[in-house]
Amino acid sequence: MSPALHAIISFLETWWVQLVSGVLIVAVVPLIAGYVVLVERKLMADMQARLGPMRVGPHGLLQPIADAVKLLIKEDIIPDSADKVIFWLAPVVSMTAALVSMGAIAFGPWFQVAKDINIGILFVLGVSSLGLFGIVLGGWASNSHYSLIGALRSTAQLVSYETAAGLAIISGLLLAGTLQIRSIVDAQQHYGVWFIFLAPVAFFIYLVASIAETNRAPFDLPEAESELVAGYMTEYSGFRWALYFLGEYANMIVVAAVATTLFLGGWLRPFPNVRWLNWLDVLPALFTAAVGAYCGYRAGKQPVRVQTLFMWAVAALCFLAALILAATLFVPPLQAAKPGLLGAFWFLLKVSGYLYVFMWLRFTLPRYRFDQLMHLGWYLLIPLAIVNVFFVAVAMMLETEFGWNRWLALIITSVFTLLAAAFLMHLHDKRTAAASAAASETSDSYAG
Amino acid sequence: MHDETTQKQNTLLGADELVINMGPQHPSTHGVLRVKLKLDGERVIGSECVIGYLHRGVEKIAEHRTYQQFAPYVDRMDYVAAVSNGLGYCETVEKLLSVEAPPRARVIRTILTELQRIASHLLWLGTHALDIGALTPLFYCMREREEILKIFEKYCGARLTTHAFRIGGLQYESYDTFEKDVERFCKDFERRIQEYVDLLTGNSIWIGRTRNVGILSTEDCIALGASGPILRASGLAWDTRKATPYAAYDQYKFEIPVGTKGDTYDRYMVRMEEMRQSRLICLQAIENIPAGPILGKVGKVLKPPPGEVYHSIEAPKGILGYYIVSDGTTQPYRVRIRPPSFINLQAFDKLARGHLVADVVAIIGTLDIVLGEVDR
Amino acid sequence: MLDSIIFYFFAGVAILSAALMVTRRNAIHSAVFLITTLLATAGIFLQLRAEFLFIAQIILYVGGIMVLFVFVIMLVRLDVPLHHITFRFQKWVALFVAVALACEVSVMFWYVRQLPSAGLLTPPAPADKLPPNSEQFAKVLFGDYLLPFEIASILLLVAMIGAVVMAKKRT
Repeated sequence: MSPALHAIISFLETWWVQLVSGVLIVAVVPLIAGYVVLVERKLMADMQARLGPMRVGPHGLLQPIADAVKLLIKEDIIPDSADKVIFWLAPVVSMTAALVSMGAIAFGPWFQVAKDINIGILFVLGVSSLGLFGIVLGGWASNSHYSLIGALRSTAQLVSYETAAGLAIISGLLLAGTLQIRSIVDAQQHYGVWFIFLAPVAFFIYLVASIAETNRAPFDLPEAESELVAGYMTEYSGFRWALYFLGEYANMIVVAAVATTLFLGGWLRPFPNVRWLNWLDVLPALFTAAVGAYCGYRAGKQPVRVQTLFMWAVAALCFLAALILAATLFVPPLQAAKPGLLGAFWFLLKVSGYLYVFMWLRFTLPRYRFDQLMHLGWYLLIPLAIVNVFFVAVAMMLETEFGWNRWLALIITSVFTLLAAAFLMHLHDKRTAAASAAASETSDSYAG
Repeated sequence: MHDETTQKQNTLLGADELVINMGPQHPSTHGVLRVKLKLDGERVIGSECVIGYLHRGVEKIAEHRTYQQFAPYVDRMDYVAAVSNGLGYCETVEKLLSVEAPPRARVIRTILTELQRIASHLLWLGTHALDIGALTPLFYCMREREEILKIFEKYCGARLTTHAFRIGGLQYESYDTFEKDVERFCKDFERRIQEYVDLLTGNSIWIGRTRNVGILSTEDCIALGASGPILRASGLAWDTRKATPYAAYDQYKFEIPVGTKGDTYDRYMVRMEEMRQSRLICLQAIENIPAGPILGKVGKVLKPPPGEVYHSIEAPKGILGYYIVSDGTTQPYRVRIRPPSFINLQAFDKLARGHLVADVVAIIGTLDIVLGEVDR
Repeated sequence: MLDSIIFYFFAGVAILSAALMVTRRNAIHSAVFLITTLLATAGIFLQLRAEFLFIAQIILYVGGIMVLFVFVIMLVRLDVPLHHITFRFQKWVALFVAVALACEVSVMFWYVRQLPSAGLLTPPAPADKLPPNSEQFAKVLFGDYLLPFEIASILLLVAMIGAVVMAKKRT
């Protein structure tokens, strides 16, 4: 055999996992993002006293497929005066940034595409910030004044809140001591507690900043339909728009994964080191079995036969998953799979919880005006994040240099951080009240 | 086009002014309203509302219809609160004919009108919140409004353009479970209002979007002729139901909510409180609906004596007035309608100046205009 | 072998993008090609196991400086200055400078090749024996080079404050 063929085969042998994972990410993540959209629509409907998509497939489960097909067969309209290359490029950049950053995330101790990247979290942060270009180029390529303004505002918002998010992440990194994703979760296991309890303020800053990062309500002014400035997505129709949309949801998943890794203990169960709580390992199987049981219970109440069958199928799948999860606990040959599968379950559960909070906030809160949004980012979040980093560093120094008890140091510094937060919020309220009062006083419109 | 928007004004940094057009097709203009905004960067420095896209010539049509034939037309003006329009028209013609509706009719009219006030305010709240970004209150408001529309449907067969009243009283007797339905709705409604309050009233984002936005002082209100919740939010406690009582309002105890600052938040609070007060009126009214006839002494052919009359009621949007001139025939000589939304919309320029573009949507919402009424 | 392929790929992309960048008429196209050049350079850094440099390039250069470039290109009207060609001999000066630079670089390469161990002060370590990249970087930056780091930070802070003051003065 020729040496080139040898080289190719050896290349494939060493890298086949990564290649397959890469293909899986590109193929599967858009589908998953589509179903996250369905979950959001159903949740929105539930919170709004209605049902959501019900027609397409049982309980609307084929809705994302129907939407994807519809968007694919739509006419591809490109504005005449638009820059064709950039118009094509912009949604691609947006989607690519989100997908590539997903490569470095570990969905459990076994499932990570780019294993052991030295700079794990930083890689995710850096590459997902490349999605900015998708927005700004999209606004430009539309060759419409309003789209451009909307794109630039969106970019400004993203850049501001990226700073805050990065600073919040630094607090978690200080506690972990490393950038490697696996080591961060191992550090949380070593500490015995999730970092959200050690640096709660950092988590909340990251929560708010990540909502603004992904252009979600209450920070979605650039995307809002009822506002004047149309936003960067206006001229995009059909599948190009779908790429933007899916990129946004993929970004949401990435951001949730980063928060889970850094603050919520990654794939660790609650209280990972406490021996007598080892029975908590049974929770994943129990949870899945409970979901299966609920589906079975509701199956009897479905009005249409196909929905009944479907519910039974879902219940069967849930029971199968529960069986596998339980098997890893009790069947000795499979116990090696325990950390992998259980870890993946906990990770997905936490990511889902984080996404649930995103969606919940979207349906509940009104929208911030753009100047209020920037004000919140620069005057409240960034100073608070800096103060938080300072205090966490002080706590760590107290522990290592002066031998204080770790918990004592962290609790004291958390108290100081909360005081600083209260002070900053008070200043923020005063300033916003003064700003709006000033705005109303300058309008002496009947004088002219 | 000779209007203020074409005159150059002082702008920040000497930058170009920008005139942008909002509507007539726009999700937030609540109908076919066109607003031309003159912007300096992000700030509104001038505006002009272009109306007339829904003009149907209702007042001209009135001159060629008999008084009874014209009654369904008034429903289509403020189509969100059709019952109030009908009440105003019927009472005006009754004033012209010098007849009074019997007590039973007056009480049932009051109940239906107050229910309509709640329904109109619910629609206002849902759409206003939606424009500002809160997606959920709309669906809750629609759920409550649905109950009211079901009552209307049971009563007169229609949900939106009800033609509920007749000149001289009512045509339909109240149906069997009328009192029970209204009572059940009112008892449930207190809890629902609390849901809206929980979602919006204390929410700092909502307050940030509505406090100090679109302030209108009492003097300005009176100068512009703004009425209804706008006037009451600016501090003046004027309500036609108390000042010149009509229907059965003098029999019931209710309060007039008054604001202090006249900004969007105060108008929001005033309308929320008005919904509560309407609920109280309904509860008081259904306890004691007098028995008796529902139609007064009005012939089949109405020929009012020549003369003119003006009568106004407190519609949900403001003071709704009808000025009818009769020349002795079966058709009115002139019907002039004083639409509250049309006159309130005059305040838009004053309200919008100095605010950011994102506030324009909040200001249009807070004026609570219905284009059917503005354009007729 | 794989290493060579990757290196030539990144190098090729970098050179091609750089060439395209200077030849485009549209400023945004140039900016996009500059972004590709910087990304390819970052790829080369990654191949050399300089991971921190790779991500610093992406976050700072591409995510920060290029965003600034793109903002300026979009907000400032460029067609006005484009019509003013002030310098007549621009092409000849550019050619001269390019040729001079090329000569210098090739002389440098030739000279370095003659040196033992290809001019490096220490022999290159095998990649997997290197200590973690970011930690090394941090140790050196905050240890040996703390003073220059702080001075650079103060410089940046002064620049930022100056920009804010200048912008505020106009309003």
